[in-house]
Amino acid sequence: MASLVAKIRLYRGEFALEVELDCPPGITCVMGPSGAGKSTILAVLAGLALPDAGRIALGDEVWLDRARGIEVPVHARRLAYVFQGLALFPHMTALGNVMYGMTDVVRGDRPRKAQALLDRVGVGYLARRRPRTFSGGEAQRVALARALARSPKLMLLDEPFSALDRELRAQLTALVRELVAELGVPLVHITHSIAEARLLADQVVRIDRGKVSACGVAAEVLANIATMEE
Amino acid sequence: MWWASAIDWAPLWLSLQIASLSTIVTLITGTGFSLLLAWRRLPARHLIDAVVSAPLVLPPTVLGYYLLVVLGRGSAIGRGWDRLFGQPIVFTFTGAVIAASVGSLPLVVRSIRLGIESVEPNLIAAARTLGARPVRVVVTVVLPLAAPGLVAGAMLGFARALGDYGATQMLAGARIDGTPTASIFVMEQLLANHDDQVFAMSLATTIVGVTLLYFANRLTHRLHHHRA
Repeated sequence: MASLVAKIRLYRGEFALEVELDCPPGITCVMGPSGAGKSTILAVLAGLALPDAGRIALGDEVWLDRARGIEVPVHARRLAYVFQGLALFPHMTALGNVMYGMTDVVRGDRPRKAQALLDRVGVGYLARRRPRTFSGGEAQRVALARALARSPKLMLLDEPFSALDRELRAQLTALVRELVAELGVPLVHITHSIAEARLLADQVVRIDRGKVSACGVAAEVLANIATMEE
Repeated sequence: MWWASAIDWAPLWLSLQIASLSTIVTLITGTGFSLLLAWRRLPARHLIDAVVSAPLVLPPTVLGYYLLVVLGRGSAIGRGWDRLFGQPIVFTFTGAVIAASVGSLPLVVRSIRLGIESVEPNLIAAARTLGARPVRVVVTVVLPLAAPGLVAGAMLGFARALGDYGATQMLAGARIDGTPTASIFVMEQLLANHDDQVFAMSLATTIVGVTLLYFANRLTHRLHHHRA
């Protein structure tokens, strides 16, 4: 299984992001205060933001190497990105949202496969409904199903559970763990919540003012963060 | 109705035909310009924006003069058109459609741009991360979500084209195959002291314009509600 190895150098005015990440298959939680650069890291990994220097590779596949002029466009990076606001297409049904990323699947097979993904995350009954009728938890599940539809090699989650209550969050973190174990890919998950990181993370990276301030096995780094915050 | 028998409907019918075709033209070109102007890295973006918006601030006769210079029989475009279609642009129905289109283009572009710029950037980013190339993002996400802006632009453009006077008269003349447009007809009848004709045509164009704007508002509201 391929690991994600990234070296990012991005400078925007006063802000400098200088991080190096090594994320094996499994869940890496990126934590840190607001404005530390967590979401920017995801944008760079996805190809939505271009760093000033750096290299991003997933196993043998190089997605970005500024020194060698390699820049794989966003649409060609096989990844799943669940945005903070979920970004479900409001004019499409749940089925339409999930089918959107199935560009490699034969057109006639798409509805059946999308329905199977919705069933897998427990919201098959939403197939014909549009996002404005979903509850918070339902929308999260549809967003996860849509992200999985691309058979991703890398998953990126930008605080998708921040607005949910504790019970729903626990259900969804369990679901994410199951899905990542099935896919065997690296997942980079941004969260503010130590409790959520404890439930999810294999590895934790803490970012402060654009730099990695702690990195390692989840239990150790989280214990240090908890001590610091006390 | 008391005035219906007194009115010559041909000018209104002609204006409706010109406005309909002009709306199709401005919707296509306006969408193209709006997408181009929404691209923040476009070179000379503000200059292109100013040129597209110029018909809003130019006197209609000045706009008509420029169109005559660019499309007249002596111009390269005018000669090319004449060779291709066997007739000139000036003093024809085509000329009237072009004059109405150029005059209404800024309104259409502004409405569509508002619609495009109201699309949440995360939705565009999501489409890209789901493997969509730029054209697919535009066709499947940006334009459907900008639909209220497109509808409003089409209706405003139609209403503006329906009432065009100065540029149409400069490029297409006072009559097209013997018939004036509704606005030119009103001016002619006013000068001839035919008050009943002026009143009837004014009322008819007002009813058409207000009805269109009313339905445009309702449709735009419904689309907004539908997308929310």
